[in-house]
Amino acid sequence: MGKRIIVDPITRIEGHLRIEVEVEGGKVKNAWSSGQMFRGIEKILEGRDPRDAQHFVQRSCGVCTYVHALSSVRAVEDAVKVKIPKNARLIRNMLHGAQYQQDHIVHFYHLHALDWVDIVSALKADPAKTARLSETLNTAPWGGTPYYKEVQQRLKTFVDSGQLGPFNNAYWGHKAYKLPPEANLMAASHYIEALRLQAKSMKMHAIFGGKNPHPQFLVVGGVTSARDLTPDRIAQFLYLYKETQDFVNKVYIPDLLAVASFYKDWGGIGGTSNFMAWGDFPMTDKEPDSNFMPAGVIMKKDLKSIKSPDQKKVTEHVTHAWYKNGSAKHPYEGETAPQHGEYDTGGKKGAWNFSEKDVGKYSWIKAPRYEGEPCEVGPLARVLIAYAKGKKEITSVVNSTLKKLEIPAAALFSTLGRTAARGLETIAVGNAVEGWTMELIENLKKGDTKTYQPWKMPDKAKGVGLNDVPRGALGHWINIENKKIKNYQYVVPSTWNLGPRCDKGKLGPVEEALIGTPIENPKQPLEILRTVHSFDPCIACAVHVIDPDSNEVYKVKVL
Amino acid sequence: MEKGKDFYERLESKGVSRRDFMKYCTFLTATMGLSCSNIQNVADAIASPAQRPPVIWLNLAECTGCTESLLRTMYPWIDELILEILSIEYHETIMAAAGHQAEENLHNAVKKYKGKFICVVEGAIATKYDGAYGKVGGKTFLDIAKEVCPQAAAVVCMGTCSSFGGIQAAKPNPGGYVGVGEALGIKTLNLPGCPPNPVNLVGTIVNYLLLGKLPDMDDKGRPLFAYGKNIHDQCPRRSHFENDEFVEEFGSEEASMGYCLYKLGCRGPETYNNCPTAKFMGGTNWPVQAGHPCIGCSEPDFWDKFTPFYEEM
Repeated sequence: MGKRIIVDPITRIEGHLRIEVEVEGGKVKNAWSSGQMFRGIEKILEGRDPRDAQHFVQRSCGVCTYVHALSSVRAVEDAVKVKIPKNARLIRNMLHGAQYQQDHIVHFYHLHALDWVDIVSALKADPAKTARLSETLNTAPWGGTPYYKEVQQRLKTFVDSGQLGPFNNAYWGHKAYKLPPEANLMAASHYIEALRLQAKSMKMHAIFGGKNPHPQFLVVGGVTSARDLTPDRIAQFLYLYKETQDFVNKVYIPDLLAVASFYKDWGGIGGTSNFMAWGDFPMTDKEPDSNFMPAGVIMKKDLKSIKSPDQKKVTEHVTHAWYKNGSAKHPYEGETAPQHGEYDTGGKKGAWNFSEKDVGKYSWIKAPRYEGEPCEVGPLARVLIAYAKGKKEITSVVNSTLKKLEIPAAALFSTLGRTAARGLETIAVGNAVEGWTMELIENLKKGDTKTYQPWKMPDKAKGVGLNDVPRGALGHWINIENKKIKNYQYVVPSTWNLGPRCDKGKLGPVEEALIGTPIENPKQPLEILRTVHSFDPCIACAVHVIDPDSNEVYKVKVL
Repeated sequence: MEKGKDFYERLESKGVSRRDFMKYCTFLTATMGLSCSNIQNVADAIASPAQRPPVIWLNLAECTGCTESLLRTMYPWIDELILEILSIEYHETIMAAAGHQAEENLHNAVKKYKGKFICVVEGAIATKYDGAYGKVGGKTFLDIAKEVCPQAAAVVCMGTCSSFGGIQAAKPNPGGYVGVGEALGIKTLNLPGCPPNPVNLVGTIVNYLLLGKLPDMDDKGRPLFAYGKNIHDQCPRRSHFENDEFVEEFGSEEASMGYCLYKLGCRGPETYNNCPTAKFMGGTNWPVQAGHPCIGCSEPDFWDKFTPFYEEM
């Protein structure tokens, strides 16, 4: 008979997530992932002007900013049948690539690193040894004994103040932390450097997008920043791009490899079976065939079985989510009738002894399935798909990483593999940004300054925008009638990854990944955070629908 | 001023001279509408607070864009804000602790700093169905706000959602979402914007550290130093408006000439904010400069009142 652990809130993510696991014999035996918030953007969109949708959906998430707006204008462009000019496609790719760089750096250092790095242990480090360690591992533009002495002093002053702020009461000293103090000090300093870099790097968005988060420059038919296509603005973009990609190559990737070398056992923990990507970054106006990151579906970890995905095969299930029961539906037909009840993961039957049939509704997140199967989406899915398709920008970095870490390709199907894949695709996508920028310059030199293609709103149309954004496969579906939004649905990466069980009781990807995770100390379930964080959850994105007509009242269960 | 000395040494080791720092303080002092005799005081408030003032940051019904906006602050950098200037006692997105340890931090901070902490709220509060459309640690947003906000020295609403309800409060407002002031019946300082410029949050906090009180506000609780003028009156494209020079289609000749965006739906004339002067990302740009009409994201109910966005007012 297992013991249940609830971690709520899961911090260092976007949004409100609750994870419950059952532990038996020091390992996770069963798991439930629950989205804890409900806002209602799809319902709010009904009856509105389709051109406005991008501004509404962008507010699904400020961490995954830009990407929902991009998907939305693509869905409307598909519906109204407009082809955007080359400059618009390139600028959209450049900003999307910059989003990958920034988002993945923030995830690694600020949302995930503290699962592997014991920042308190950095106080015990020898700064001179840290400097030497750093020199053997990376080519960071800063370092040396005085630098590490200063970082350590800064941390010490902070700790001595007695005000530990965001670092208070964490799992410091936990046995599952494996890095020596010197490596922890190096990582702590990079945590701080990355905080500054992520802010600077987002100037790339502001240059062409007006601001960040929530850039404001996309329109159906192109982009508005015609006046920013000047040499000084493009040079500023390139400079910031280079500084950011330098950080990726000289600091992020070496840190990733250094940390991974201490945690190779996590190459056997936290894997899932099925993977899906819609692909993204169109290299020509032929979409999706020209996508730099390719589309694909892989079932049962069989890379040879790779197929092209078909959006018609996506359905959403609600049996275990707080909606009225109905058959699984495709997003074009998607409906939403909330039915909030108790948080029911079966435990109420007593003694934690129950069958899967007893599990009720426990999340606001629906359960998307591809041909009835749960699929992991995100960096690992994209990297596996690109690897299976022999995309050289990906195969080269994957093979060299496996060699450096001396681990087999099978180790990719894991928490370690997921975290590594995020870094590896940052190299590939980041490098591609330079190419798009150069292409933009060449095109401008030729005299093509077009950034917008005029179009007309039809009375009736349907459109879909399929994308792959930092957290994974993102689809927006719009149905237009009388020039207004009749129905709008989106299935986002965290809905795929963090969703609950489906009609058939198949676990969602994060639930599947948690099974078998070792738990050293149930009171400090650090290992749960490692696997959950490796998916980079974003719960505000995952849950966004509501029924305005429901007026049922229910009791709030406080655990 | 020992701490202050350390501060400048650290700045210089990062390639930021004391002169650059003073330049920023001058900018911030001007943004807050204070006279230049306060520049040194502003610098001191940033460089050497005696005990770092405690801040409790609540993430309610939101998209975390306001947190992201705060993370983009450049003077001071966010690491300085976290390590040297403020004591961020609770903030779900950045804190290391999780689960019940995280909740313990919140509980302890409220108790320890009762009447002394600044509570920054990001996100709206669901009021329908006993507020159960959003929970943290099994408690509704409404209960959490009721427990924490009244204990604070000041409640600062970061963004349009906590100020006025924001996107989830747009029609038909499925969850009965409202801003914090309305949900709790308390007075809050509001920094609306989707997201707001971090310069305005820093300005508000510095004002508080410096003068021991919140800055002067308008009838909507917005500090006058940032929200005292409308966008239209500060817009660099204003002369085109006066000369009847308008952009009527994106991508047109007029668009590349930087004409006025009024006829494409710009809400600048009805929107109070300092975007044209403060700009975003260290003064890099703002939406109208990027050729897109202002959508009025810092006004109450802008999601309903100002839509459809691309139609002339």
